[in-house]
Amino acid sequence: MREYATTLPNVVVADRNLFTCSQDTQEKIKEYIREYDLNRVVVASCTPRTHEPLFRETLRQGGLNKYTFEMANIRDQCSWVHMHEPEKATEKAKDLVRSAVAKARLIQPLADISVPVNHNGLVIGGGVAGMVSALDLAEQGVKTYLVESAGKLGGQALKLYATYQGDRVQPYVEDLIDTVNRHPLIHVYLNTTIQDASGFVGNFTSTLVDKQGKETQLDHGAIIIATGGKPYEPEEYLYGKDPNVLLSLELDQEFIRGSDRLNHTKCAVFIQCVGSRIPERPYCSKACCTHSIQSALTLKKLNPEMNIYILYRDIRTFGEKERLYTEARARGILFIRYDPEDPPKVEKENARLTVTVTDHVLQRPLQISPNMIILATAVVPHDTRSLSKLYKVSTTPEGFFLEAHMKLRPVDFATDGMFLAGLCHFPKPIEESIAQAKAAAARAATILAKESIDMEPIVSVVDEDNCNGCGICERVCPYGAMHLIEINGLITARSTPASCKGCGLCAASCPSKAVDMCHFSQHQIRAQICALA
Amino acid sequence: MSNPFEPKIVAFLCNWCSYAGADLAGVSRSQYPPNIRVVRVMCTGRIDPVLILEAFASGIDGVFIGG
Repeated sequence: MREYATTLPNVVVADRNLFTCSQDTQEKIKEYIREYDLNRVVVASCTPRTHEPLFRETLRQGGLNKYTFEMANIRDQCSWVHMHEPEKATEKAKDLVRSAVAKARLIQPLADISVPVNHNGLVIGGGVAGMVSALDLAEQGVKTYLVESAGKLGGQALKLYATYQGDRVQPYVEDLIDTVNRHPLIHVYLNTTIQDASGFVGNFTSTLVDKQGKETQLDHGAIIIATGGKPYEPEEYLYGKDPNVLLSLELDQEFIRGSDRLNHTKCAVFIQCVGSRIPERPYCSKACCTHSIQSALTLKKLNPEMNIYILYRDIRTFGEKERLYTEARARGILFIRYDPEDPPKVEKENARLTVTVTDHVLQRPLQISPNMIILATAVVPHDTRSLSKLYKVSTTPEGFFLEAHMKLRPVDFATDGMFLAGLCHFPKPIEESIAQAKAAAARAATILAKESIDMEPIVSVVDEDNCNGCGICERVCPYGAMHLIEINGLITARSTPASCKGCGLCAASCPSKAVDMCHFSQHQIRAQICALA
Repeated sequence: MSNPFEPKIVAFLCNWCSYAGADLAGVSRSQYPPNIRVVRVMCTGRIDPVLILEAFASGIDGVFIGG
């Protein structure tokens, strides 16, 4: 391959490295640039999607314009996918390198496009995650708009009794709501949803609409989505048909109210994984094992004589939460494992509830007659479809928002300038929502704190001498980046680089070939194709 | 035994979806015939029909567009 590359037109030097992305190879590339007075560099290795930024930076440090770089993808799209045909794969790799060199000969130095940044933040969702994000932004001096679809702030946390460490949630939420409402830099919009959105990182515009239909248009530089989740409401286990069958959060509300009936409850049964870890919702809702065990302990403290059973599939009290599981067993709470193929049955006869479950050790059905049944149901997201369409962000098959990369880019959306936190991302306990909300605010601040941001100059350019002002480009542009203007009585198209996303629809549609794309020009693509033939 | 015909196919792939998909095929070690040569574009909207004709005119046997 190395020898072949040296035979290609304009190639003055070619070298091979075990790891082209390693630090010492970067230094070597810079030395070659100096030694051979290079003005283009081609790397044949993995994919530009992950490594182009690294090599561009190397060129910049070596004194070249960072856009005079081209990559041939001979690993992900060649050696890895043709592992059993090495000769043919080598031929293909030669073609790909030839094609990359052909393009490299024609690429031009380009300057990044600098776009001013609007310093305001938008947070959608006024639960704990949204409020913490808004407060963290405001504390950094950012004017923050907080939009909540309900009539009050607080979200699901208003129904939560305690954290797993036993701290009461209500005083915390009340204090948080109060701080948010009193903060001079936070503007709260209740009973309000997002109706329309446009723009890009640093320069978004969102249109809000309240219950009376009043519209408000807001300009902002970054967005945090924290629209939350809610418990799945089951049809099964007599939920909604018997007042003694409760959801976990409904039991929490009884704790918050100090309900008297808890003192008279002699027997309680918790059923885990209701609507979770099934084909429709294959995920684990993460918080419910800990929540049920903690609620069981709270009941046991109220009434130590109460018989409590937890019917589970697997207990997932991860990390420090294992302590609660140990304590629950020490206090005599009974754990009975059930098989998802043979789930517990709840029946009611003469106002008496009966739970039948097959004990996996005894291999026999057990009957329990509780006064109260608590269902640990799945956490499901609120409707994410409309926001996902408006802001063009992805969701998982279960309807949760999808972050750019769960390990490498947590809390980022794939779209620049957009971040997420809380239950709209996945089920999680409150402390994780808070941590995520703080992370999202910090990430948003990296944009909002800047005066301007640099964008890739892969944008349309108009050759105004060739343009006949037909306006096709203006009509096909999905981003409103093309406009007809009049200069000295002549109509011509003008591109707005800051709005252009580089899709090239205008260039492909222009009948007079007066529109071209920087870095993906007609000539460059033609050269690539011809080199492949 | 004569060599069977092996077409040479130029594939225009969108950077944001099918080009990423082709990378994913590599990361997953999915195997496919080595007849395809990828040309990355930022969007399939960039593909001027002239470029497709150009490919055929220069001797390419097939054009694949993924986006």
